[in-house]
Amino acid sequence: MKSFTQLDGLVVPVDRANVDTDAIIPKQFLKSIKRTGFGDFLFDEWRYHDHGEPGMDCTNRPRRTEFALNQPRYQGATILLGRENFGCGSSREHAVWALEEYGVRCMIAPSFADIFFSNSFKSGLLPIPLAAETVDRLFREVEATSGYRLAVDLAAQTVTTPSGETFRFEVDPFRKECLLNGWDDIGLTLRHADEIRAYENRRQQEAPWLFA
Amino acid sequence: MAGKTLYDKLWDAHVVRADPDGTTLLYIDRHLVHEVTSPQAFEGLKLTGRQPWRRESMVAMADHNTPTDPGFTTIADPVSRLQVETLDANARGLKLRYFPIGDQRRGIVHVVGPEQGATLPGMTIVCGDSHTSTHGAFAALAFGIGTSEVEHVMATQCLIQKKAKSMLVRVDGQLGPGVTAKDIILAIIGKIGTAGGTGYAIEFGGSAIQSLSMEGRMTICNMAIEAGARAGMVAVDDTTIEYVKGRPSAPQGDLWEQAAAAWRALHSDADAVFDQVVTLDATAIQPQVTWGTSPEMVTSVDGAVPDPAREADPIKRQSMEQALRYMGLQPNTPMTQIKLDRVFIGSCTNGRIEDLRAAAAVIKGRKVAASLKQALVVPGSGLVKQQAEAEGLDKVFTAAGFEWREQGCSMCLAMNADRLLAGEHCASTSNRNFEGRQGVGGRTHLVSPAMAAAAALAGHFVDVRRF
Ligand code: SF4
Repeated sequence: MKSFTQLDGLVVPVDRANVDTDAIIPKQFLKSIKRTGFGDFLFDEWRYHDHGEPGMDCTNRPRRTEFALNQPRYQGATILLGRENFGCGSSREHAVWALEEYGVRCMIAPSFADIFFSNSFKSGLLPIPLAAETVDRLFREVEATSGYRLAVDLAAQTVTTPSGETFRFEVDPFRKECLLNGWDDIGLTLRHADEIRAYENRRQQEAPWLFA
Repeated sequence: MAGKTLYDKLWDAHVVRADPDGTTLLYIDRHLVHEVTSPQAFEGLKLTGRQPWRRESMVAMADHNTPTDPGFTTIADPVSRLQVETLDANARGLKLRYFPIGDQRRGIVHVVGPEQGATLPGMTIVCGDSHTSTHGAFAALAFGIGTSEVEHVMATQCLIQKKAKSMLVRVDGQLGPGVTAKDIILAIIGKIGTAGGTGYAIEFGGSAIQSLSMEGRMTICNMAIEAGARAGMVAVDDTTIEYVKGRPSAPQGDLWEQAAAAWRALHSDADAVFDQVVTLDATAIQPQVTWGTSPEMVTSVDGAVPDPAREADPIKRQSMEQALRYMGLQPNTPMTQIKLDRVFIGSCTNGRIEDLRAAAAVIKGRKVAASLKQALVVPGSGLVKQQAEAEGLDKVFTAAGFEWREQGCSMCLAMNADRLLAGEHCASTSNRNFEGRQGVGGRTHLVSPAMAAAAALAGHFVDVRRF
């Protein structure tokens, strides 16, 4: 997994509440058995006029120019600004893979849906919940200022605006540690293999039907 | 000290180790696997040379991509076919418990798990699928996970978790005639919103929940995720134990007695304290219909499409306007005037035998409206299909003009060939009405099976109680 320490990135706004993972990556792309190949299809239905299918060449597809991801000023964005309940719906991790492949490393929103939130960390992406008023202000600033960037510092747990204003955010200490170091969860867990076996032995006495 | 909630009990029984900050290694008893979210996890295992920790904990089957045409033999779409074949190779290669295509027991994982007794009270159950919350109906801690976590469970039998807050949703009173579990959960989501349960594990309780069958409870827990909660659950009672008894994977003999006795403790203690309590009066719940593109955009069948102009919150107003544009609906239109193009009865929310019985009871001896392009019944599993056929329900449906299909997810998410065309309105017994969920540009209205059946006959929504 890629580590995440600091990021100074261009911000792209997706100004809708309850953005669901079907919108982030539509279902036809879930048929893939690979972990890559999703970036061009991120927000497919909002980004293109035609219907996307896996493996399609997207260079000449007709784009919806009103959608932020298609506007020249947001090209190269690495921070996505969203609204309430971002990433709700299906558990598909493909949504995170699509964001990552597109180039997003960090999402800022007032709240995130649970499964999407934890999936993000597994691919080295950082979801940052900030107060709704703060997010609202950031939306206004992003729209008013072309080339608007934010500086994210995971170790310090801060987001800093171009004018030097700093917002602190909360992040789970364990997830922070993993992200800062780029640690893979499975390797970490297997260090406790003995404890897992000890649990299984104890549990087998208490509830043998679970092991039948 | 306050007593324990059901969630506390389930959690505590599965802690392998916990760090002082609450980061917990949680043991997983049952891992359900389907074709969409597993290939990258199996590949990850292979690449790292790891073996499944406990393969007996896994049950695998394809459901999302499978065709529903009667007697199908191949999957026409090569991409879908490859995904199903990949699951087949992985499941056979690792000698997992597996229900392949052609096995009568195959179906939607969330229907098959309980049916087979692979879902048991007191278990932790995961699947790379958000509707895993369904299994919470058995007083199990069941939740959906992403593909990285699927690989993590395969490799370690554990997940790294932090405990959620607890919410009790208590629904008391007797449901009116024609009002079902689906209407209860839609009413709950309408009340607390799709983010209302975020960060919580919800326990559903109260006399209205206790009087539901296991299938009704599954419908409720299925949609806990639509209220933002990762898990929903219901305490064990006689109904639970009777349902589980005798299922193929349920414990037998002495082990059964021992298990059933232990399961009796799976309820919140009388003095347990919840972080939040929400109450609903069951007698006030009407048949529900969604009008928008999020399950919280819901109203009673005798209601009307709301007017965004009357919404004070600007963000909510914007979502409402967006939804009405997408749905092609005008504010203040009575729900009963919304014309339908298709009707879909099925999914892990409402594709069980009681759902089909409820729909068939409305339909019996009548005909689907001529204005409808399609009315589809897709049983949740092969065994549901078999049972329905044994009861003659298939005949009731086909005589009325419904198509009777093979089991699977089908038009719930339109990954196979069953889907809506742009602009079409569908009365659907599934769980999500997101933009494009049932096909690009398709317009989904979530309802109960009885309401879907009545709507199919009328060609528009009708109050099933006056039908
Ligand atoms: S029926 Fe629908 S919600 Fe249920 S598992 Fe299948 S696709 Fe998901």
